[in-house]
Amino acid sequence: MPEQMTNNTGLVNKVITLNFTSEKLKTNFNALTQKLVIPFIGVVVFLFMWSVAAQNIDTSLGKFPGPAAVVEQFKALYIEHQDQREKQTAFYQRQEQRNAKRLAQDPTYQPKIRAYTGKETFLDQIVTSLITVMSGFLLAAAIAIPLGIAVGLSKTLNTAINPVIQIFKPVSPLAWLPLVTMVVSALYATPDPLIPKSFINSMITVSLCCLWPMVINTSVGVASIDSDLVNVSRVIRLSALKHIQKVVIPASIPMIFTGMRLSLGIAWMVLIAAEMLAQNPGLGKFVWDEFQNGSSNSLARIMAAVIVIGFIGFLLDRVMLQLQRIFSWDKSSASV
Amino acid sequence: MKKMNHCFQLSLKTFLTSLFTKKITQAVILLSVTFSCVLNASAAEKKQKLGWPEKEELTFGFIKLTDMAPIAIAYENGYFEDEGLYVTIEAQANWKVLLDGVIDGRLDGAHMLAGQPLAATIGFGTKAHIITPFSMDLNGNGITVSNEIWKQMKAHIPKGKDGKPVHPIKADALKPVVEKYKAEGKPFNMGMVFPVSTHNYELRYWLAAGGIHPGFYAPHKGDITGQLKADALLSVTPPPQMPATLEAGTIYGYCVGEPWNQQAVFKNIGVPVITDYEIWKNNPEKVFGITAEFAKKYPNTTIRLTRALIRAAKWLDENNNANRPAAVKILSKPNYVGADYDVIANSMTGTFEYEKGDKREVPDFNVFFRYNATYPYYSDAIWYLTQMRRWGQISEDKSDAWYVETAKQVYRPDIYAKAAQSLIQEKLMEAKDFPDFAKETGFKPAQKEFIDGVAYDGSQPNAYINSLTIGLKQGDKI
Repeated sequence: MPEQMTNNTGLVNKVITLNFTSEKLKTNFNALTQKLVIPFIGVVVFLFMWSVAAQNIDTSLGKFPGPAAVVEQFKALYIEHQDQREKQTAFYQRQEQRNAKRLAQDPTYQPKIRAYTGKETFLDQIVTSLITVMSGFLLAAAIAIPLGIAVGLSKTLNTAINPVIQIFKPVSPLAWLPLVTMVVSALYATPDPLIPKSFINSMITVSLCCLWPMVINTSVGVASIDSDLVNVSRVIRLSALKHIQKVVIPASIPMIFTGMRLSLGIAWMVLIAAEMLAQNPGLGKFVWDEFQNGSSNSLARIMAAVIVIGFIGFLLDRVMLQLQRIFSWDKSSASV
Repeated sequence: MKKMNHCFQLSLKTFLTSLFTKKITQAVILLSVTFSCVLNASAAEKKQKLGWPEKEELTFGFIKLTDMAPIAIAYENGYFEDEGLYVTIEAQANWKVLLDGVIDGRLDGAHMLAGQPLAATIGFGTKAHIITPFSMDLNGNGITVSNEIWKQMKAHIPKGKDGKPVHPIKADALKPVVEKYKAEGKPFNMGMVFPVSTHNYELRYWLAAGGIHPGFYAPHKGDITGQLKADALLSVTPPPQMPATLEAGTIYGYCVGEPWNQQAVFKNIGVPVITDYEIWKNNPEKVFGITAEFAKKYPNTTIRLTRALIRAAKWLDENNNANRPAAVKILSKPNYVGADYDVIANSMTGTFEYEKGDKREVPDFNVFFRYNATYPYYSDAIWYLTQMRRWGQISEDKSDAWYVETAKQVYRPDIYAKAAQSLIQEKLMEAKDFPDFAKETGFKPAQKEFIDGVAYDGSQPNAYINSLTIGLKQGDKI
């Protein structure tokens, strides 16, 4: 018994000395562990579980793709992208030759360069999706923020508009889509549209779905401005416009950004569904096309798209967070 | 027209000049030339070289099936570009979306079911005048049943010396299975791709030939499910989703184009029992559909796209299918059919795998050019119309003349002939590649190679309808 005691004290002593000598190092190490090592272990465990689970799932298209199969498809997608770019260059060269030849035969001809007719690649589709989501989001913001400010300032307007917001907020994009498609084709009927209809369809569907969090958060932010600020504004007799510009907007910025962050997240989710259903170019259509193809690589390619979708969603959120940190005075609202 | 005006102006001008210079004889001759210019304008137009396309940027739609090959090949081999056409090719979600796309102008043309332009023109479904200058292929479909049904059917199929089932398998073997399900009160569901699809008519033909009633349509009563009095209940499933729907057990069998029958074999979820080649030898399959308005507004474009498709079809069948492996490689790309090379190759290269391991030679499973496959025969159109009448999609009796007239409104061998003749003129093809346009009537001689042996003569549609056992006959009404 006594022997053990001495042993224990020795151990305690040792630990204390260690603590004393490397206090600083340890806190650093802890921070590092928290930030990098533990997430890394999380990812590795996930990958391991994924590959084990994948081997045990037999679908009619073969085994469920594990991480290795997905990495391979990422490579294949990149190679396809490069091939397509080469074809594109060749396409333009051929076109120029053809135009020249025709001009020789038919001098009245006005040579014209037509856009490449080949298939958009995975990378092109990512870009299309990003453009669509940003346009839809900006359109929604342009409507939602002024509306939210108006609703927040006027109690009457708030009571009037609240039921409408509450009813439309939970509506899924898939319900809006057929209506949007029909209305767009009815109203946007030019024979040679500058902006493709499919783009407008997805953009409006995205806007309709990500409008509401921004309206609600903005109005709540505006309604809960410190009454002292409002009183000051009243005392120095700011005009309504100046009041909004100098007091309301700065005061409610944190809430507006919280709303925008929520909205952008929704916009990204909605977009994928809208593209899938409406066959609009983009990542959603990529997933659907691959599902239709039913080749032995299809599942791995879909999984690759899933990862890219998740990663882009994460990046979009981070960008909004960064913006929030830059513009907002209330740093505590801009937490992860 | 432009040419005529030019000719007219030119000769009129010279005529006036000669009047002033008092060269009377010359003036008289020129006067007659002026008039003959007007009179012969149409003749002159025929002889003149094919003009530049009026519309150069086109979008064509297709469904993920191997018989869309002529469009893919015309693009990949640059035949469209040779015509000065810049074509974008887009896969469509289903046949309805595709047809609506062509009608509302989102698509300039598309790979269509032969029944679609006919049904649209007579107003079964969406009404629109669609025409077809080009038939895309012969054969290419199959009927697949689930493993469970196959097990039950197999007991009723005679075996050959090699122990393999004797082909063609008739629906007689399926009849006891359907009856068993009926007795148990379970609906016997089967899938086809569209109400006016070849697949619907072929599946119905096969079932009816085996004594299984596939059900009637009654559009005048608002019933377009096609399941009145049915033993087997047929419903629509888009082609690429067929295997998944079969696997889920929603349907027990389906009729679809390739590669979706072969995929059932590869996935081990079903067994193809018969190809449409065995139901009706060299039956017409898909067509290329455009609106009548498009053909009128852009005549040169129409002829030029037909030329490109004819060249593509020829390439697909050339030298005894020598180009087929290359074609399969193109089709297996994700932006075309996208299924695995092996799955597509199975049917495209002249073999067809029935039960796993039972691979048989079917050299004419997919025909794109041989046997004048691309020529739009009126008699092909009329066969589809007779089937629409047989199953009640056309609810009232029509005269023989009506069938011919409708076929002539939709099938346009005149455009095909212009395209073919200009190809011959430019030595891109030879006259022997085509039917003799001077003599061709557009009616194939009576065909007898149906699974039930009933002969079909396109010039006698009503007599043909009456000769079929199950189905509406002249005077019948649901």
